[in-house]
Amino acid sequence: MNVELRHIHKWFGSVHANDDVSLRVRAGSIHGLLGENGAGKSTLAKILSGYITRDSGEILLDGNPVDIRTPTDAIRAGIGMLHQDPLDFPPLTVLENFMLGQAGKTLWLDHRSARRAFLALAARFQFDLNPDAHVSELTVGERQQLEMVRLLALGTRVLILDEPTTGISAEQKMLLFAALRQLAAEGKAIIFVSHKLEDVEALCDEVTVLRHGRVVGTVSLPCPAETLVAMMFGKVLVEPAKPHTARDAVALELHNVAIRTELFDLHVPHLAVHRGEVIGLAGLEGSGQQAFLEACAGVGRLAHGTLRINGQDLTHRPYRDYLAAGVCYVPADRLRDGLIAGLTIREHVALRAPRGFFINHAYTAQLAEEAIRAFNIRGTPDSRVERLSGGNQQRTQLALMPSPLSVLLMEHPTRGLDIESTLWVWQQLIARCQQGTAIVFASSDLDEILRYSDRVLVFSGGRISPPLSTTTLTVDQLGHMIGGKF
Amino acid sequence: MAAIPALRESAFATAHRVGALVAALVLLVALVLLVGESPLAVFGALLNGAFGTWDQVGRVVNTLTVLLLCSAGLVFTFNAGLYNLGVEGQVTVGAIATTFVLRLVGEMLPGPLAITLSLVAGALGGVSWGLVAGALKVYGRVSEIFAGLGLNFIAQGAAIYLVFGPWKRPGVASTSGTEPFGEHLWLGTFGRTEATPVGVALALIGLLFTILIMQRTYFGLRLRAVGHNPRAADILGVSSARHLLSAFALCGVFAGVAGALQVVGNYHRLTPTISGGLGFLGLLVVMLAGFNALFVLPIAFFFSALNVGSLQLPLVLQRVDSSLSGVIQGVLVLAALMGRGLAQRRAGGSA
Repeated sequence: MNVELRHIHKWFGSVHANDDVSLRVRAGSIHGLLGENGAGKSTLAKILSGYITRDSGEILLDGNPVDIRTPTDAIRAGIGMLHQDPLDFPPLTVLENFMLGQAGKTLWLDHRSARRAFLALAARFQFDLNPDAHVSELTVGERQQLEMVRLLALGTRVLILDEPTTGISAEQKMLLFAALRQLAAEGKAIIFVSHKLEDVEALCDEVTVLRHGRVVGTVSLPCPAETLVAMMFGKVLVEPAKPHTARDAVALELHNVAIRTELFDLHVPHLAVHRGEVIGLAGLEGSGQQAFLEACAGVGRLAHGTLRINGQDLTHRPYRDYLAAGVCYVPADRLRDGLIAGLTIREHVALRAPRGFFINHAYTAQLAEEAIRAFNIRGTPDSRVERLSGGNQQRTQLALMPSPLSVLLMEHPTRGLDIESTLWVWQQLIARCQQGTAIVFASSDLDEILRYSDRVLVFSGGRISPPLSTTTLTVDQLGHMIGGKF
Repeated sequence: MAAIPALRESAFATAHRVGALVAALVLLVALVLLVGESPLAVFGALLNGAFGTWDQVGRVVNTLTVLLLCSAGLVFTFNAGLYNLGVEGQVTVGAIATTFVLRLVGEMLPGPLAITLSLVAGALGGVSWGLVAGALKVYGRVSEIFAGLGLNFIAQGAAIYLVFGPWKRPGVASTSGTEPFGEHLWLGTFGRTEATPVGVALALIGLLFTILIMQRTYFGLRLRAVGHNPRAADILGVSSARHLLSAFALCGVFAGVAGALQVVGNYHRLTPTISGGLGFLGLLVVMLAGFNALFVLPIAFFFSALNVGSLQLPLVLQRVDSSLSGVIQGVLVLAALMGRGLAQRRAGGSA
């Protein structure tokens, strides 16, 4: 089935996640959707599969417009999506999951014919799945295979895969790619969403690159990797424009550290972050940057190793000791982790700076006024934080940072902000560095990483690169390393 | 999602709430008409049943004190984001602890001292039961709803066991409870009514304390922070575990004292259903109050009057039963919650 998207627009609040996206996918081809995190790939995939409703634009299947508003609409139209986290039901068995969503002919479940259909489909793709195993015992790769078989049994003719190679083994990846090629040969349209260059190069016939919600272009493969990298990240090289603020004293030191995440263990043999230094964490989202930052902040735990802040050993110490040592963690998801929806700016300020037992409203209002003025927040002391725009929420988060600060750990400090706010945020952060604060930040914006970091750690495939100085590093090199080539 | 000006939004919310209450009243009137009774007659009977005599007023006040204490305690847990269904069990355990102390020292110590000790014991009993629910929630990852329901069964079972077992009346055990305590172990009353000045004072002090803590202190703010978003609160340096446990403990104190008052001020013995469902009714009061301690008093008063007023409905009118009060309370709360939900949906809160 040929798929065509015309002028798709989608806004999330003030973020234009899909900005006039048009795309054609031929039946019988594997079409890559490539772009860095936040480029709008997943949004587009979810619009096509009905999980998100588009604001405007048209979807055509074999030239006929269809109105897809729910996943059920999409499945009826023959579009199935394999999500990054498989949408299955872990307490149930493989077979029960397979049967979910199937239109039964009668009221009763027909286990025997379902089992036959399941085994036949799995065998076609050489998936070795035990129908009676519980989904909770399966690996991500196996759950993906199950979900794929399930979608195909529903009559899917357009299969969308969102970052399917994250967290699966090399062998499972080979099986997956073989299955996708087979499906394309049968005339199905495959949309392969990824930020991994090597996967797209190995698998796809055509690739469309998205950046900041817009289509940069569509090219046929093979094509030089440099072209794709340039399309993904916009520019080729950016001169860092940050004054030298690093000092000799060490603010954060990791020694022989292991951090356990759901998918892998991260190892850091040794890392010393100096006062005033900025370390950028580059890599695809979900490569362990968040676990790394949480561990450094004392929110997560080290599996082993030692962690020192200003020379003080804080390994396995409670979070409040980290706060007392001048560590501050600013999470990416402002309303989930960083701010408390339902409370006002004044109440946030009061939480951060309690004085006495009773709240002096005049005092906290004054603190909030000062923060609003100093950080240029568009809001009043009694504005609830969830009503603020993303940029103003980020300003509020910055306003809540204590002073002085030894180590600042940030995720995506400027995600979703306009250029003006972005520059302003970095002005504030550089001022902190000049006061001696060490900053470790994760970002999917390579320009940002190269411009502001003194050194960079690249996270890829469960590994962390040694620290790389940004003086000689280029976006190209970084892009390649993020793709796993280091 | 455009930011809606606060004023228009609160007008929205008010419109929805008023609308919901009107809908609830229409539903209730229809219900009364359906069973073939006159709504006005029912209203008159309820009013008369609650306030017709001083005796009845005293009973309303007595119900109100216990209901206020339960509601005040629940304000803490609700604001900490907890659906503390275990409040019933906390009332029961408070009553058991009170009875235990009175049986132990009631005949040895002067009345006022024994009563004071028994009230303290009630508070401690409530706290212990609250902390068990809290520990299950915080350390055992058990939803406080299920923890509360389970603990309620255990507390209720314990009360029944004690009434029919070790503490049974001499001769024959009775569902009416243990042997009543001597009158020197009864709380003093206003005149000849059942209402006790000590109970009223404790309830009012408790409510004022709750309002003060929730509106004026950093502790109250931190409870709300944890209630809205425990993860973000933790990252901002507010320990969610500690504050959740504090909320359970505080609610336990109030519920335990409520249970103690049921014993020393109301029944003068332990009965199998000593809580009288007032803990659950407290949940409704606080939900209707929107978790705001300021609105608890009028709503609790209204509910208490309904409870007492409905008792003589079947005596006055032929076609309605005293259970009508429960229907009225349930319909009101559901309508209010629905009004709030609709207002939020209209404001574009969630898809």
